[in-house]
Amino acid sequence: MKYIDEYRNPVSVKKMLGAVFDAASGMPGPVRIMEVCGTHTTAAAKMGLRDRLPPSIELLSGPGCPVCVSPASFISHAVRCAENTGVIVATFGDMMRVPSCGTSLEKQKGKGADIRVVYSPTDALSLAEENRKKKVVFLGVGFETTAHAVAACVEEASIRGIENFSVLCGHKTMPRAMEALLKDPEAKISGFICPGHVSAVIGADPYNFIPEKYKLPCVIAGFEPADILQAVFMLCRQIASGKPVVEVQYSRAVRREGNQKAVAAMYRVFEPADSVWRGMGKIPLSGLKFRGEFSRFDAAGLFSLDAVSDEEPEGCLCGEILKGKALPRECRLFGRECTPSNPEGACMVSSEGACAANFLYGRE
Amino acid sequence: MGQTITKAHGGGGRLMHDLVDSVFRRNFNNEILDMLDDSAGLGKISPDAEVFFTTDSYVVYPHFFPGGDIGKLAVCGTLNDLSVCGAAPSFLSAGFIVEEGFEIKILEAIAQSMADEAKRGGVKIVTGDFKVVENGAADGVFINTSGIGFKSSGLLLGKEEIVPGDKIILNGPVGDHEIAVLLERGDFKLRGCVKSDCCNLYPLLKEVFLFHEKVLEESGDAVLRFMRDPTRGGAAAALNEIVSGMGFGAEIYPGGLPVRDEVSSVCELLGLDPAYLANEGKAVMVVNGKYAERALDIMKRHPSGGDAVIFGEVVREPAGRVIVKTILGSGRILRAPEGSMLPRIC
Repeated sequence: MKYIDEYRNPVSVKKMLGAVFDAASGMPGPVRIMEVCGTHTTAAAKMGLRDRLPPSIELLSGPGCPVCVSPASFISHAVRCAENTGVIVATFGDMMRVPSCGTSLEKQKGKGADIRVVYSPTDALSLAEENRKKKVVFLGVGFETTAHAVAACVEEASIRGIENFSVLCGHKTMPRAMEALLKDPEAKISGFICPGHVSAVIGADPYNFIPEKYKLPCVIAGFEPADILQAVFMLCRQIASGKPVVEVQYSRAVRREGNQKAVAAMYRVFEPADSVWRGMGKIPLSGLKFRGEFSRFDAAGLFSLDAVSDEEPEGCLCGEILKGKALPRECRLFGRECTPSNPEGACMVSSEGACAANFLYGRE
Repeated sequence: MGQTITKAHGGGGRLMHDLVDSVFRRNFNNEILDMLDDSAGLGKISPDAEVFFTTDSYVVYPHFFPGGDIGKLAVCGTLNDLSVCGAAPSFLSAGFIVEEGFEIKILEAIAQSMADEAKRGGVKIVTGDFKVVENGAADGVFINTSGIGFKSSGLLLGKEEIVPGDKIILNGPVGDHEIAVLLERGDFKLRGCVKSDCCNLYPLLKEVFLFHEKVLEESGDAVLRFMRDPTRGGAAAALNEIVSGMGFGAEIYPGGLPVRDEVSSVCELLGLDPAYLANEGKAVMVVNGKYAERALDIMKRHPSGGDAVIFGEVVREPAGRVIVKTILGSGRILRAPEGSMLPRIC
């Protein structure tokens, strides 16, 4: 397959690993590199990367899985919407098994709630168009990668008069969460592997504050083994040079200026808002909410959704794991009470969560 | 376990196994059922032949898909459950649950397909049942087939026969069936040329059985150790079932699992792992390392075995686990499926 097989070529990948070792030897000391994208978490686990990096490089997984960082209250509200007759809840597949208050969307579907898995928000819009007598609520989960597409669908709904379409907005944005991590003195992050597809939308500039204010390097990376290794190499090289900047490794998909049309669409419909990240608490201006002129598409305004506690299960270390301060194996619930089929905490919920990736692919 | 059945219970993974164990095995309680093999060995009918019995239900939707239909599946699936236990299939039963309003000419087409497949396979459908339920209660038609076959006594298959150094063979690429059905269902508005691999495995496996008996007679060595057909839950489910609780593990070579380009493309787009995709014409075969290459040659010479490949081997450590060797040379676990596969969100 083009643009995939070349980046999985064993010869190239092994050469790249050699380059990482060379670059690592030029660094002043051990480093902790954090990726903040669920797909990077999974890719790194699937290629067994941690076992193969030089001992001076520790790879951390941050809060990069949007499903995992959706608070329990979001799922409760989604379930509440589904309980209304005449409502179809449309969601990405990964949300189906997220536990909240003893239930999940999958369990509710089993009890007869009309909950449908869609691959794209446009599918949810089509559902609304085909079922005019029903209200279709799309669960808006995801970072900037998905938020702009959801915004485009809301605009489309407005233009075409599909007034029975609405979105329960749980979208979050990456840069403010990365800043929250850096403000934690115990985080000890040496550099970021930045999310490839979020950056395809927002470009490189939103990360500039990281080298400018915090003097830390950033590399925007793709998802194949060669991409991730090259990004690690580029980070090591920056650390060795002492001149941190934001570099783009994933140049076949990311332009420095990003996709300005997508960003414009996103901010026509949504505006920044404070947001609760499961395991991390409220992070200022790290989420999106509807702007006034599109508020009729805001599902939160259409159904009475009570406040729900966002408490974590006892013993759950997700908060520390999401900040890169603990490893999944250090949580006493990991692999025992907490597994992918019975997830207790955020990080085990989605296949792209740090705990799930560790459980599914890690060595014991 | 929760209080109600969810779709994940039907995924061929751990949830389903736990349910089968706690609800059915515990209640039905007998040593034959405890084996939980693809078919149940009932004992010898003559010095030379052992009777095997199996059952399966078919609920696939849509009923017709590239490469097959629910009828063909209902015959081949049950024949394959017998074949992978070493039994030559002989007789089938066929039970139908049909929705009110279902078109008779479609039922006729399904029956015709079953008849064709049974005739090709040299088996007879000798008994059956037919029920009608109200509209909406059966997704058109559900079919159950049960099968009887006869295994030669010389073919001693069992997990306890497996030793480190044995090789693991697949008769072709994985994932064709599940992807063919997924594309036909139209949920993702993707189009492709993927055909289900639905077919009767016995003609191909028979060649290996004959080779096994020849080697056994000449040298006393066994060729075949054990087989599983990787249906729901895919090769990952089958491999984990083979190693679970045993004193050996399995290691898959880097890039070892054979997957068609088209299936790979769909998996990349939807975030699916081909190791967990259902197959309806595949066998995971554990073979004596000494004879693996020759067994592979024999398979490749058969018209339906051209894509057969040795994709892994049995290892001493870690016992009870399936490990995939990655592109970087490290090992990572291939877990048994937990539930049903869902596409990722971004």
